Amino acid sequence: MSGPAQPHRWIDRDRLGYGEICAAVADPIQRRGPGRAWVIAFLGVMPLVLATVVAIGAVLTVGIGLSGVNTTVVWGFSIANYVWWIGIGNAGTLISSMLLLTRQHWRASINRFAEAMTLFAAAIAGIFPIIHLGRPLYSYWLAPYPNTMDLWPQWRSALVWDFWAILSYLLFSLIFWFTGLLPDLATMRDRARSRVGRRIYGALALGWRGSARHWAAYETFHKTMAALAVPLVCSVHSIVGLDFAASLMPGWQESIFPPYFVVGAMYSGFAMVVVLAIVIRWGLNLQAVITPSHFDAMAKVMLFASLVMTISYATEWFMGWYGGEHADRTVISYFFTGDYRWLYYSLLFCNCLAPQALWFARVRLNLWALAIISIVINLGMWLERILIVWNTLSHGHAVSLWRTYHVSVYDVVILIAPLGLFAFGFLVLARIFPIVSIHEVSQLAHDEGAARRGTA
Amino acid sequence: MSAPLLAEFDSPEALVRAMRLAAADGHRALDAFTPFPVPDLTDAFAPKRNPVRPVMALAGFGAAAAMYALQWYSSVIDYPLNTGGRPLHSWPVFLLVPFEFGVLIAAIAGLITLFWVCGLPRLHHPLFAIPQFERASQDRFLLLIAPKDADASALRRSLERAGALLVAEMHP
Repeated sequence: MSGPAQPHRWIDRDRLGYGEICAAVADPIQRRGPGRAWVIAFLGVMPLVLATVVAIGAVLTVGIGLSGVNTTVVWGFSIANYVWWIGIGNAGTLISSMLLLTRQHWRASINRFAEAMTLFAAAIAGIFPIIHLGRPLYSYWLAPYPNTMDLWPQWRSALVWDFWAILSYLLFSLIFWFTGLLPDLATMRDRARSRVGRRIYGALALGWRGSARHWAAYETFHKTMAALAVPLVCSVHSIVGLDFAASLMPGWQESIFPPYFVVGAMYSGFAMVVVLAIVIRWGLNLQAVITPSHFDAMAKVMLFASLVMTISYATEWFMGWYGGEHADRTVISYFFTGDYRWLYYSLLFCNCLAPQALWFARVRLNLWALAIISIVINLGMWLERILIVWNTLSHGHAVSLWRTYHVSVYDVVILIAPLGLFAFGFLVLARIFPIVSIHEVSQLAHDEGAARRGTA
Repeated sequence: MSAPLLAEFDSPEALVRAMRLAAADGHRALDAFTPFPVPDLTDAFAPKRNPVRPVMALAGFGAAAAMYALQWYSSVIDYPLNTGGRPLHSWPVFLLVPFEFGVLIAAIAGLITLFWVCGLPRLHHPLFAIPQFERASQDRFLLLIAPKDADASALRRSLERAGALLVAEMHP
């Protein structure tokens, strides 16, 4: 590997004892106050949290007319945001479980917050289909329950698939995250000095003792969950892809959509993990366990995903042309010459061109460059989702219905404000739970030989 | 028979070495408590098979089958609705929800089995009364071992020779 010289491949410290690892992760929470940067960030995101609440309240009171949708372009920001957030949400569990199954031990430093990212992002994603329902008060009709109307959900409807996909995925991710957290909660319990801390962490740790029998059952369960998570994540984003592909619209009705959505999810999710890793590493001083080698490895995954996305776009254009269907061909040419062409060129720049800089090790190891590229990728992936919605709906089969979308204030708020909600969740979590897995990093330190002779 | 001893080590290797020496002398190792899983200890103490996976498989496939049956019953028997001439029993799309639901139920069943196998939640345990135990989740590796005869001093000496930092008696 061409990384800089560091004593161990995944640990950037000559000696890192188990006690030091516990202290590095747990002390910022238990021994030190939040610090000025945390308070500023917290106050900074509060207006966005409030704006999210107000926007949701407004659309529930006034109705979907607040959005820029019209009778032709019936989907808009809500759907694009839904796909974008669920994509980010999918990546956390996918990254954590795939790296576990392929025995990539460096995951120890990033898996915990990647899983937390999943929880918040999937929960935020779940809001959008509901606020985009014309009548959100009936959203519970999606569940099969005995009712006096003698009705059942329409199992052939993509909305019902979405309901089950999000519900299952959110609860599954919560269990996966909590299982990994359980031994660390015991560490927090044992390190807590205050009575309240001991009580709270003690109750959450459920009496975990780290017995050899505990670990054996834990490892079986954790690995099995990881093995289940990979097909689950692929199925969840495939179902999101099917929301489009199961329709009869030009540009949507493509069998490539499910896999292409899954790769897109992994792509934007890795980019989000990189951004979070940079912020968390700086905010919590975790340079010893989140090392340049980690960023190098994640950057290579993003580069690969960018190539797959480029091939997916090319396949989409080729099949549109090769299929010979008139409507498909006109939609493809509308991508490049229509009303949204500048957005489409920006998308291609963000997703296909900009990440090519990652071929160079110097770029992969420069955190500023990596942060900018990651943000550009996330921007590009959002553009991709909104353009999938807009291009097809603005240029469907019936020429007389062709119209464009007009962005409203509400649209802008539900695009930007949930980012604050997401950051808010992370800020709160980082003050309560270990944001890096203590037991997995300890194991990594043991395997790498960095924990020689125990602790100081 | 005297109370079991809890010996503290600063590395998993030292613990495994001491455990093997003591076992060769005829003492009975009961359990080990470590901050992270150690394969040698898993081999020594954990049962070869645990019920986590069979329970997950059973719950997952069972839930998926039940969900498929519910879809079939509701759309073929109880509420047949012709949507665009599609067959009432639209099996390809009926596979989606059972998969998601089956995975979810398998996860829930697995978590419950994990707790059951580990005897959790159990907020009070005699081990928590021993002061050194709180480092088993941080930077110490603890071995719980029962001496073969009434006098534990031979075992205590052998553990200390093998590198134990501290040896305490555990009283249930």
